[in-house]
Amino acid sequence: MLHTVNKSPYRSDSLKLCMAYMQSGDMVLLIEDGVYAAMKGGSSEALVSGSSAKVYALGPDLKARGIGSDKLIDGIEVVGFDGFVNLAAENDKVQSWL
Amino acid sequence: MKFSLMVNEGPYNHQASDTAYNFAKAVLEGGHEIFRVFFYHDGVNNGTRLTTPPQDDRNIVERWSAMAAEHEVDLVICVAAAQRRGIADEDESRRNGKDADNIAPGFRISGLGQLIEAGIQSDRLVEFGD
Repeated sequence: MLHTVNKSPYRSDSLKLCMAYMQSGDMVLLIEDGVYAAMKGGSSEALVSGSSAKVYALGPDLKARGIGSDKLIDGIEVVGFDGFVNLAAENDKVQSWL
Repeated sequence: MKFSLMVNEGPYNHQASDTAYNFAKAVLEGGHEIFRVFFYHDGVNNGTRLTTPPQDDRNIVERWSAMAAEHEVDLVICVAAAQRRGIADEDESRRNGKDADNIAPGFRISGLGQLIEAGIQSDRLVEFGD
């Protein structure tokens, strides 16, 4: 399953909840304000690095918030909207943590 | 692959409708099909043709209408959510005794059954909201 998280981890527990429900093989895509969780040294670094799930972040949303690739937690893969569609197609379901 | 989208937020107040549009565009560019985009809650505000954003800003409503015209994407507005927020087509306007309608080209007003059907008929249903 693909999980999308669109909330800043500084405002909401949705990433934490999402990670708690993670099943083997699941993937997480950070979008909109959710991309703040992708920052190295941020409050979510341990949560993201410690997860068994592969974590992606949406490139245009990172760029809009001034988060360069040098600021990302190691292992996070940046994708565009084409990558978002591929992830949605690759997984059997998409769960949006709104 | 067949995708459907659900949009729960209005234009210009949350990024959700921009994200949904960009996702829909990428779906079509990726050679997939969009079965339906269902606008629910404040998302119904994506379908008013009276929107007039500044010229140097994106026109979110026209963008959806253009997508519908070019790719025959079915844009459906929830009737109950639309009534609450003053979104009406000609029939709805007459039925509710209003003096005007405001639905944008390419959109149509229908019920929640259309969302259920989209979930059944599509390979993926992706929700965008707050």
